[in-house]
Amino acid sequence: MRGVEKSFGAARALTGVDFDAARGCCVGLVGHNGAGKSTLMNVLAGVVSPDQGEILINGALLDATYDPARAAEQGVRVVFQELSLCPNLTVAENLRIFHPSIKGIGWRKTARQVILAELDRIFPGHGISPDAEVGTLSIARRQMVEIARAFSNVNSRIELVILDEPTSSLDQNSAAQLVAFVRGFVAKGGTVILISHLLGEILDATDQIVVMKDGATAAVDATRHFDRPRLVREMGDVLAENNAFGGRKSTRRDGPALVSGPEENDQYLQLYPGEIIGFAGLSGHGQTDMLVRIFEASQGARGKITATEKAVFVAGDRQTDGVFPLWSITQNIFVGSLTRLTKGLSLDFGQAEEEAQDWQKRLSVRTPDMANNILSLSGGNQQKALFARALGADARIVLMDDPMRGVDVGTKQEVYEILTQEAANGRALIWYTTETDELKHCDRVYVFREGRIVAELSGEMLSEENILSHSFEKDTA
Amino acid sequence: MSPLTSLPQKPWIWAWIGAILMWLIIMSVSGIVAGGQVMSAAASFGTFFVIVAIGQMFVITLGPGNVDLSIPACITLSATLAMKFMNGDPNLLLPGFLISLSVGLVIGTLNFLLILLLRIPPIIATLSASFLYQSTAIWSNRGLRVKPPEVLGDFAVSKILGVPILTIVVLILSVAMAFTLHRTRFGLSVLAVGQNQKAAKLAGIRVERVRFLTYLMYAVLAAICGFFLAGFSGGAALNMGEQYLLMSIAVVVIGGTSVAGGDANLTGLWGASLFIFLLVSMLNTLGLSAGYRLIVTGAIIVGIIAISGRKSAI
Repeated sequence: MRGVEKSFGAARALTGVDFDAARGCCVGLVGHNGAGKSTLMNVLAGVVSPDQGEILINGALLDATYDPARAAEQGVRVVFQELSLCPNLTVAENLRIFHPSIKGIGWRKTARQVILAELDRIFPGHGISPDAEVGTLSIARRQMVEIARAFSNVNSRIELVILDEPTSSLDQNSAAQLVAFVRGFVAKGGTVILISHLLGEILDATDQIVVMKDGATAAVDATRHFDRPRLVREMGDVLAENNAFGGRKSTRRDGPALVSGPEENDQYLQLYPGEIIGFAGLSGHGQTDMLVRIFEASQGARGKITATEKAVFVAGDRQTDGVFPLWSITQNIFVGSLTRLTKGLSLDFGQAEEEAQDWQKRLSVRTPDMANNILSLSGGNQQKALFARALGADARIVLMDDPMRGVDVGTKQEVYEILTQEAANGRALIWYTTETDELKHCDRVYVFREGRIVAELSGEMLSEENILSHSFEKDTA
Repeated sequence: MSPLTSLPQKPWIWAWIGAILMWLIIMSVSGIVAGGQVMSAAASFGTFFVIVAIGQMFVITLGPGNVDLSIPACITLSATLAMKFMNGDPNLLLPGFLISLSVGLVIGTLNFLLILLLRIPPIIATLSASFLYQSTAIWSNRGLRVKPPEVLGDFAVSKILGVPILTIVVLILSVAMAFTLHRTRFGLSVLAVGQNQKAAKLAGIRVERVRFLTYLMYAVLAAICGFFLAGFSGGAALNMGEQYLLMSIAVVVIGGTSVAGGDANLTGLWGASLFIFLLVSMLNTLGLSAGYRLIVTGAIIVGIIAISGRKSAI
């Protein structure tokens, strides 16, 4: 790609970008939320046509008629950050839509076999049925299906696969499986472009790294010349000191537990004011369900969990659980504080705007105007708005459902700090995350397996090995 | 963007353009005096469309699948019971009105209980419940037209400076409802539920409470509409609510409210009400027979919904 430029209204998303991906190479693409990574890939995939610049595939210049269908003919496949499966169809049916060449009597059987084989190849032990309706799958499983679909091959060319934040909702185990698969794919002459905020993953999986900043490339170099500090520096951030497990000083306060239950578990969950507790385990093992149950309990639902204070929820699956697509960023933030902002008969919109602007500064939300539609933001920036919604509400319990999906390194550091502060102020936080590193910011960690809490780790017991071993084995003490 | 240049993008603009167009056609055929009379009639009849459409708009805004089809039956039952009770006695006006209100409250609650407890889709629940309400009305009035007290009839058709009082009342109601929709917790909750019910729940909005209040409000508005409609049209009749089923939905959609939910406005309701009434009047003026009138009305409504639907999809 040569000199690619693209503007959305007044916002210049790309300002003359050159980008190369060689055959048999895995290229890593890193940068801040809103740096233009997704836009650049959308141009390459034919979804967005550039204002300036040219795209060449195998040396051939592509003309103005380049679109997603032509891209598919050229063997370009994309796994977008916002998943693109049809939720009302089964896994196999979604494959059929993708591959027109699967047809005739018995297509269902073929589709089932192809997708299952591909899932087995990339994610052994995935446990996904090809007849499951996609809408019923957890976000991690939808992500796996999406990836498997992109790599599946039925009488079609497959040269270049773009993976935009493919592991943000996968647990460590599945993410490692994907990295191994990508290495194998590249070794056989395929090309992969990998976008990720997990720097370790980028350093492990890629041959070459492109760093983007403010719509332009800031650095291009072979991966072996990069290390974590240099990557962070090129993006324009400073890496906080790499604290280890147990590094967090607890701010737990005395007093009764805010959340307790459920009784059917071997392990009894309790949350005290001032605490940050983590939910760990492989993704889709009941962590999100538990968060939702606690949320319902906080709203007065009677069940096996009791919550004595109001709770707020930070959605990680932002399309399904978080974003109101017709509303502005400001509206998406203050919808969590409707009661607090009601002054007399009406809502206090002036106050709401002020608070939104305050959040824009605190979380560096990248937009010229908070009155813009929420969907004008990149994925990570939408996530920041969801954080602002929850932290701006006056609830004491904060429930976070893998909330850092697609959030860049710099912002993460800021959010970690804000969370620590909130805990010190007496809020109680529960943090489900698929990134083991984030559990370092927790006082205690509950490990989930098959819908149940199987272990509570704290103090010296809190370590990566212990979390992993409890995630897999049965009957650990 | 300046207010003027953003005007063509407002979803309600088409209803108003249509209404003005119809009025111009009528005036060019029948003259300016007739145009004034027609406008006055449109303001009166349109009023009833608007009351019902406000409620339907809130319900439709709750998102896909939400629509209330029990409205004609609710109008009829409310009018019938209230008129029968008053039996023409002006001293019973207030209790009669309270009876209407109670009918609305009961019907709204029943509808929502069917939807919530039996998990019946709203379209089926309200349609089947409406048979119950309609039967009650039939049983109660046995096919007779029950006359309203004279005071109510006079009030319903009286005017201040040529403008029907009811129109003024409903204008005030519209402003209050627009305020409710765009500036209060309840209104924003309705808009949020309509966009993404799951996200609304997780943002702390009591989704079922909001839905209940919305269905309740609609039934109460329909009951009030029935009360005044009986006064306006000289009594409660069994078929008095009939035309409000399609009209309530058509007015909402032509007025630029999104059928997919989460996006609504009241300005368009007035435009659409006037448009539909003027459209029918125009076809009358042109001397078309009843059959043709219905066909043309239907075609134009479908056409407008198709055009405005495509606009909102972009």
